[in-house]
Amino acid sequence: MNQPSTAPCMQHPQEELLRSERIPHIWCSGCGIGTVFSCVLAAIRKTGLPLDDVAMVSGIGCTGRMAGYIKVDSYHTTHGRAIPFATGLKLARPQGAVLVASGDGDLIAIGGNHFIHAARRNIDMTVICVNNLNYGMTGGQQAPSTPFGAKTTTSPTGSPEEPFDFCQLAAACGAVYVSRWTSIHIRRLTESLTRAILKPGFSFVEVLAACPTAFGRRNRMRAALDMIKFFHERSVIKNNIDPREAPLDFEGPLLVGDFIDRDRPTFSDNYALVHSGQLGEWPDLERQKHTSGQ
Amino acid sequence: MASKAVLTGTHFMNGDEACAEGALAAGCRFFAGYPITPATEVAERMSRRLPQVGGMYIQMEDEIASMAALLGASWGGKKAMTSTSGPGFSLMMENLGLGIITETPCVVCNVQRGGPSTGLPTLVGQADMMQARWGSHGHYEIIALCPSSPQEMFDFTIRAFNLSERFRLPVLVMADEVVGHMNERVLIPEEGAIEVVERKRPTCAPGQFLPYRPEADGVAPMACFGDGYRIHVTGLTHGENGYPAMEDRAQERMVNSLVNKIKMNRDAIISYETEYLDDAEVVLVAYGISVRSARRALRMGRDRGLRLGLVKLNTVWPFPEEFIRGLAGRVRALIMPEINLGQMVLELERCAGGRCPVRLVGHAGGSIIRPGVILSAVEDIRKEAV
Repeated sequence: MNQPSTAPCMQHPQEELLRSERIPHIWCSGCGIGTVFSCVLAAIRKTGLPLDDVAMVSGIGCTGRMAGYIKVDSYHTTHGRAIPFATGLKLARPQGAVLVASGDGDLIAIGGNHFIHAARRNIDMTVICVNNLNYGMTGGQQAPSTPFGAKTTTSPTGSPEEPFDFCQLAAACGAVYVSRWTSIHIRRLTESLTRAILKPGFSFVEVLAACPTAFGRRNRMRAALDMIKFFHERSVIKNNIDPREAPLDFEGPLLVGDFIDRDRPTFSDNYALVHSGQLGEWPDLERQKHTSGQ
Repeated sequence: MASKAVLTGTHFMNGDEACAEGALAAGCRFFAGYPITPATEVAERMSRRLPQVGGMYIQMEDEIASMAALLGASWGGKKAMTSTSGPGFSLMMENLGLGIITETPCVVCNVQRGGPSTGLPTLVGQADMMQARWGSHGHYEIIALCPSSPQEMFDFTIRAFNLSERFRLPVLVMADEVVGHMNERVLIPEEGAIEVVERKRPTCAPGQFLPYRPEADGVAPMACFGDGYRIHVTGLTHGENGYPAMEDRAQERMVNSLVNKIKMNRDAIISYETEYLDDAEVVLVAYGISVRSARRALRMGRDRGLRLGLVKLNTVWPFPEEFIRGLAGRVRALIMPEINLGQMVLELERCAGGRCPVRLVGHAGGSIIRPGVILSAVEDIRKEAV
């Protein structure tokens, strides 16, 4: 009568990429991170990259725990420092694909400086930011993503701050691939992540996700489905537009889509170039370096 | 053809440059740093030299990022280092702890200047010695070496890499502004004459590998990114399988493992040299640039008929506890010159355990200790001890 545990129906479709022995995970019911995590796993599979040469780096927070459940070389580092750790990892092993999984606080508050510089350098990595509008793991505090007026445990009468627009920030700093989705856009998000992983350079994918436990309950979205319905009702897909034309606005249409896909030499490309002797003297870089006549 | 990484020959270079050359000779191929006086020359030399040997230099946005990048590069399979001074060293402390708990080999050179805070950027200090020991939160063991010359900047940086690879932790080279900036002769041996240690890698099948199970030497083999082991590495307290384990028993096992791998190998780590100890009444115990002051004081004292000896600490952490305890029972006094108002002297005093008086010759920083001041302290303590 016993079903063998190896029966296909008993396995998670992403079994090969899961540390199943670590399940159950820590995420709350209704949390959007698990959905995003599934999309990340599916995207990794779709890239066809050898799994031994895919790594995930994370910092601290709910999203950071993705690194603990994915069965690739995975590094759960310090709060905010996933990107510089990933920078070292990628430069030391350039043939590997490096993903960074980060929450909004981890990536843009404590880690904001690293984010803008990695985008500027165009380090070849894929940064996935699950934006749940607050610090979930510590119980729902105000973050640089918290919308103006939204209530958190450290802004009990409403946040007095204007949030960052992550996609605009990434684009302004030089990211070569920028997209924004919500946790309900499973198919599009997976496709977007697949492209982002295969894209040479700094790719950034923001995913808005529900946090009913910490954020929703203080902002009239107490039930798990409330914010999902909100995403469903408000989101409007606009691909290939300048992120400046797609501000993250919760009062009007919620603009999502693949905003930017452009090419720019990566840090490693440029590092090789400046040491190749092929570059002229600044500011006339295009002029072939003059070799003394022999 | 001579290796570009090992510049065999006799050079006239400063300590910071010698540090960079030592790193390259030890196999360092990744440097992440941030400019800071008086350590900048290490980064400058590495930025020029690393591309020549197939390595990579990256200037990060701050020292927090530098330290994080080192750890990433080390897990990427490269030997990695950074150099810094007080303010940057402070910024590195959190990720130094990540290096400790994840058992990540790398080297941090702190060319010490006067502090606290911005302090004396261009002038010498030795006041980060307790920060080196305890600067990151939590309980752990550390290895710190103190070079007293450009030659030792070369030699000790190689040793720092070897110790970090063997024992899997960040190793500190606690230099100082004078050693970093003084120019002296530096002998770089033939490449084949330089001992270079590589980290242990696992040999078992991936399914059988426990990334944090120490072997008999207290150290676990390290599976780097791409080795096929697909391990999880976390700054959380973890079990031998590398997975987070939020309970007191796991904490006890892990922290003891981090401490024991250093304690059980302390004889292989601790290094000191002695001069004139056979008949010494008063012994100067010194490290870094203060060794040079102490040696001068010793010669001046011997000329005056004072029976002085010298202990030169090459490693300061772990501290040579047993040796000092034995020494304290045989001499009339121990004196430690150091450029602070009393740091390593506390450890000296603890290890002497009341067997003899222990005195500090220190000041707050900005200049080296004058040999005459050490000699005055010797004379004072001889009067007291009679």
